Amino acid sequence: MTARSVQSLSGALKLLFNNRLTRVYGAATCTQRHKSSYTPPPARYGGRHTVTLIPGDGIGPELCKHVCELFRFCCVPVDFEVVNVDSTKDSEDDINNAIMAIRRNGVALKGNIETNHNLPPSYKSRNNLLRTTLDLYANVMHCQSLPGVRSRQNNIDIIIIRENTEGEYSSLEHENVPGVVECLKIITRTKSLRIADYAFKTARAQGRRRVTAVHKANIMKLADGLFLECCKEVASGYPEITFDSMIVDNTTMQLVSRPQQFDVMVMPNLYGNVVSNVCAGLVGGPGLVPGANYGKDYAVFETGTRNTGKSIANSNTANPTAMLLASCLLLDHLKLHAYASMLRRAILCTVTETRLHTADLGGHGSTSEVVRSIMSAVQSTGPRTLSI
Amino acid sequence: MNTHNVLLCSNIQPPPAKYGGRHTVTLIPGDGIGPDLLNHVREVFRFSCVPVDFEVVHVNSADESEDDINNAIMAIRRNGVALKGNIETIHTMAPSVKSRNNLLRTNLDLYANVMHCQSLPAVQTRHKNIDIMIIRENTEGEYSSLEHESVSGVVECLKIITRTNSLRIADYAFKLAREKGRSRVTAVHKANIMKLGDGLFLQCCREVASGYPDITFDSMIVDNTTMQLVSKPQQFDVMVMPNLYGNVVSNVCAGLVGGPGLVPGANYGLNYAVFETATRNTGKSIAGKNIANPTAMLLAGCMMLDHLKLYDYATMIRNAILSTMNETRLHTADIGGQGTTSEVVQSIMRNIQSKGPLISER
Repeated sequence: MTARSVQSLSGALKLLFNNRLTRVYGAATCTQRHKSSYTPPPARYGGRHTVTLIPGDGIGPELCKHVCELFRFCCVPVDFEVVNVDSTKDSEDDINNAIMAIRRNGVALKGNIETNHNLPPSYKSRNNLLRTTLDLYANVMHCQSLPGVRSRQNNIDIIIIRENTEGEYSSLEHENVPGVVECLKIITRTKSLRIADYAFKTARAQGRRRVTAVHKANIMKLADGLFLECCKEVASGYPEITFDSMIVDNTTMQLVSRPQQFDVMVMPNLYGNVVSNVCAGLVGGPGLVPGANYGKDYAVFETGTRNTGKSIANSNTANPTAMLLASCLLLDHLKLHAYASMLRRAILCTVTETRLHTADLGGHGSTSEVVRSIMSAVQSTGPRTLSI
Repeated sequence: MNTHNVLLCSNIQPPPAKYGGRHTVTLIPGDGIGPDLLNHVREVFRFSCVPVDFEVVHVNSADESEDDINNAIMAIRRNGVALKGNIETIHTMAPSVKSRNNLLRTNLDLYANVMHCQSLPAVQTRHKNIDIMIIRENTEGEYSSLEHESVSGVVECLKIITRTNSLRIADYAFKLAREKGRSRVTAVHKANIMKLGDGLFLQCCREVASGYPDITFDSMIVDNTTMQLVSKPQQFDVMVMPNLYGNVVSNVCAGLVGGPGLVPGANYGLNYAVFETATRNTGKSIAGKNIANPTAMLLAGCMMLDHLKLYDYATMIRNAILSTMNETRLHTADIGGQGTTSEVVQSIMRNIQSKGPLISER
């Protein structure tokens, strides 16, 4: 319950009970405000934005450091508030601090926080906690073929919109009978309508003509049937956009043979996970695609496929492109469009023209070489920068 | 005493029907391209004098009552083996009408779905040298059809993972890997999110793996798996996984080797076996047009012959199919050629004829 709604509730009750109950609800209001989800606008003081930075594990810290370096070099008016989340600790204090920092700043850039398999099942995935608590309901990933990157398919341009808070990721499981585990997948009408609406709005804003809903409604008739129904309802309000649906197994098969047929895709959580990873693989791998998680009040940016990359951590071989493009999405969100396009141009120039590639794209460059090349690309295009 | 009930509850199943040296196999035509393709299978079998008789059982997908599918199930219990086309699940019918294919699999407890994806030399694909066996749990997981709407607008869908079924499928996977001389089994899961569910599955796989020290066992999260499949599929050998991931991964692999028209699939249970195309497509849009690829269904027929221990016939027909595909290069539209279904089938029959053995007049 938000502070606003509690206040209006007490206001309504005032009329009904003539001030008799307001004393009781007065106390409740105070505690509610303490746990309130009322949010200030994105922090901006003296023209500088403050953004929460969560380094995460694996390659996260080094990539986030490169982002800070690049921003400082280009004099981007963004300050980072670093919040570390320790994935080995059982308590939820760290992640709650991070969530509070994001509520404060409104925007965040994060690396992936590892979910250690050896900890007990009561330990929830930190990334998942963050997404559900902040209600970041839409995960948007734009997969585009890049000219200089060697991949088996060309001309791919797909926007994947994935429901981010419910579905199979509800973390609701129980073992009533030993040896039999029931895992609940929740699909609700409100959230399905919300994500469908987001998808169509985005399609309209970007001038896209076709939205495909991915589902498995022949087997999960009620659950995915509800999702599909909600998408159809929303589609009727956007007559200029074609809407069709496809079963998830057929979708993945089509993606592998003819991905050029897809335009915008909307789907529940688990299918979104699989489909976005397939698309990331098709355009060149996890090091290239940025991802964004949008909620009503907050936005969190990260790499599209959320890899921790433990095996290549600290070896200076990770591909910084995904994280850097995610930071460009962040700048766009903060309406610093000039900086965003400048950086994006420099990054894409390094990938497509200079062709300085890291190992995952088949090249020999190191992370720092790529970042240095991006910085020189920025410097050569003219605007005021610090010296390298 | 109700004999009907006794028959259904009985655990004593007769062996696959064989009378006078001829086997009887249940044939379920299904919808879409199923009937056409199964007719071709019968044609090829008749032409090659394969000692198999087909008992055809039709299942009407538009019928709400479960009589048709129960008849089919009873026929399969009687014969022990079946060859089927996919039965359509019509979306506009009530949710209480369960998927007929699913009913068949769960009632007969066909717990293992096996799909062998191999790159064929003559089929043009972006990846080469793929040789993956996918073993998918076929009866539980997300396909339990257990859903309810306790609160209006909130649907809960249950995914069930049990210890017994997970141990069973893991055991099947390792036995098969050992039998085929494979060196590595990969379990595909999402245990970082579904800790109890997929965690249990993973644990069962590890337990079974400890009993097979000659086979390497590793695990991979499903999203990483699909990404690796799209970039470097040659790294995979045998994969074992729960139902839904199996669906997605098998379709990705089918797409990688050339499409749904090429790969056969088999569903094995303790007492029964049902063969069909691996990706279970109805193919409504190409039904009746004579352009469907008969390879998947014919290869499924060969797998069935192997199961009935009619190895010579199986090898003969399989060689003819592969020779038409690789040497004559007569391809249907889905793999980029211009041949029709009947042309491909005729070519296969000519191939069988030229190889020598006893055949009936064409």
